[in-house]
Amino acid sequence: MMHFILLITFLLITPVANAAKSVPDTIAERVKACTICHDNEDKIERHAYYPRIAGKPQDYLFNQLRHFRDGRRHYQPMAILLENMSDKYMLEIAGYFSTLPLSFPPPEQVSIQPDEIKLAKQLIHSGYPARDIPACSACHGDTLMGIAPSIPGLLGLSRAYITAQFGSWRNGGSMRGQVSTCMSEIAKKLTDDEVNAVTKWLAAQPVSTQPGSISVLSPALTNRCSNIVLGEHTK
Amino acid sequence: MKYRFNTSTMSEWKIAVLFLGYVLATILAPTTAAENILNEESARSASEQQKLGAYLTRAGNCMGCHTAQGGQPFAGGRRLSTSFGIFVTPNITPDKEAGIGSWSEEDFWQALHQGKSRDGRLLYPAFPYTEYTKVTRQDANAIFAYLQSLPAVSQINPPSDIRFPYNFRPLLSIWRALYFKQGIYTPDQSKSAEWNRGAYLVQGLGHCNACHTNRNLLGASEEDTLTGGRIMGVNWYAPSLISRLEVSSGDWTIEEITELLATGISKRAVASGPMATIIRQSLQHLSIEDIRAMAVYLKSIAENNNDDTSGTLVPVISENMKEQFAQGRKLYDTYCQECHGVSGEGVAGIYPPLAGNRSVIMASPLNTIRTVLNGGFPATTAANPRPYGMPPFQQILRDGEIALVVSFIRNAWGNSGSWVTALEVDRSKSGER
Repeated sequence: MMHFILLITFLLITPVANAAKSVPDTIAERVKACTICHDNEDKIERHAYYPRIAGKPQDYLFNQLRHFRDGRRHYQPMAILLENMSDKYMLEIAGYFSTLPLSFPPPEQVSIQPDEIKLAKQLIHSGYPARDIPACSACHGDTLMGIAPSIPGLLGLSRAYITAQFGSWRNGGSMRGQVSTCMSEIAKKLTDDEVNAVTKWLAAQPVSTQPGSISVLSPALTNRCSNIVLGEHTK
Repeated sequence: MKYRFNTSTMSEWKIAVLFLGYVLATILAPTTAAENILNEESARSASEQQKLGAYLTRAGNCMGCHTAQGGQPFAGGRRLSTSFGIFVTPNITPDKEAGIGSWSEEDFWQALHQGKSRDGRLLYPAFPYTEYTKVTRQDANAIFAYLQSLPAVSQINPPSDIRFPYNFRPLLSIWRALYFKQGIYTPDQSKSAEWNRGAYLVQGLGHCNACHTNRNLLGASEEDTLTGGRIMGVNWYAPSLISRLEVSSGDWTIEEITELLATGISKRAVASGPMATIIRQSLQHLSIEDIRAMAVYLKSIAENNNDDTSGTLVPVISENMKEQFAQGRKLYDTYCQECHGVSGEGVAGIYPPLAGNRSVIMASPLNTIRTVLNGGFPATTAANPRPYGMPPFQQILRDGEIALVVSFIRNAWGNSGSWVTALEVDRSKSGER
């Protein structure tokens, strides 16, 4: 009888024990589906497109995850991956990636003309107030590394990725409908040359590790981008 | 309810309580108090009716179709693409203009039970009234009470875009004569109350048959067969729940079936694709008694034949295939083995086994290909709130590589399935979800 009980106990416990042994109970293990693309190395060929997500602000990542799932940001592979995920789990995943140490690919080798550099710097640091185009740095920080908790950094991203985002913002509210008062509106005011110059310039910059002096958005910009900045947390 | 409780005992209690209440009321304050008690009684039963309705609405997963991606619940607007055109689901919130706010209980019953709209128009069977017809009047009324209690959403949806000749509605009467059998579920007296409850849910509100059978050229499901079929409008195959060559649960324990349906994962399998969605939206919210009843019914209709014919088919293996098999193994070792194990054994409750997993081996490789292409997280459920995800390998592997690795998985560790080509992988990509 004792043997029988032992055998049964063994049978019941074995699978659980195996699971505990071979699969780490960590968030890193759970999100291997993400890191197969969003890893920190191998940013070449097809991999060059996937943006870094390590070190981006938690609310920014959380908003993007929800937008992919709910069809407000269109990218089918992400939509399928996240289809049956709860807000709560998304927030946890966003938090995890936001705390990962930054690790960036080296700046891209881009051929950029002096007049393009001038144009890019104008947009980055001053914008064109007369055309209602704010400086990039006004929202993304003077180091262009973003402002917590909702505004992403712009450096350490590939030119292909940044260009694709501009394409989405400019070619239709449907792609980024949720930000019609914010980036999509700004992107639509830019000329092709301006978009080209700024994407080249951004991709060619080394990542700054200095903390920026702009850490809070101005009330005007908070208002302008309220649907990003003031996104409600968990439902 | 009717199959689970001894109703006579309950009503005796109720009568006793009511009588006592009446006597007390008459003694204490003859008219007004008695009226108050009666009002409270009906108010409570209205809220209980809505509560029951909310539960049954979950069981029928009405929200699943009647909500657009990221849209307002029950406000419709979801596009269902079928071979007959695109159906846009209607708003079923109680808005008088945009929704069903001006419907009566009777109108709702007519839609659910007879497949007719309020104005008498015949409904397309994209709305599964072919299954919902089995729902009792009592349950239909509760669902209606719940829907009417929702906040009204004034969203007006675009019309459906149905192709000729299917857009000629009177043709539906011919279709109905051929394929629609109206009538509520009749319990099988030779079976247990639990079995009947399960059959009622599977055949009726659960409308499992809407996906788990082949639809013919006119879009009609085979009647209550659950023998598997390609899901219309989404590029997934809903496997047979009967055949032991597919996902019959005949050799599973009731507990294992219950666990998969309630949590989305068991030590033998994980629900993916549209089934993961059904579990997130519907099944995880049902009582464990109801899930168990469904498991009892599903097990009873499944084949459980121990004669294993899979070993008798000896495929011809060419030198070329041996070479491809070796390439597939190499890819498996690089990309899959870390989670699914050296011998495809998986990790119970975390990563599903691939060896002996019938949804991997079954005749249609579609679901396996799609899972490798798109990956995905199992549904987050109360019991599995932080699932482990499967990467979308189309982001890093080529079609030919995916064909090799899927062919390997279908034929390694005693598995036996057809070889998969790069062309099949490419064809599996279409379809929204």
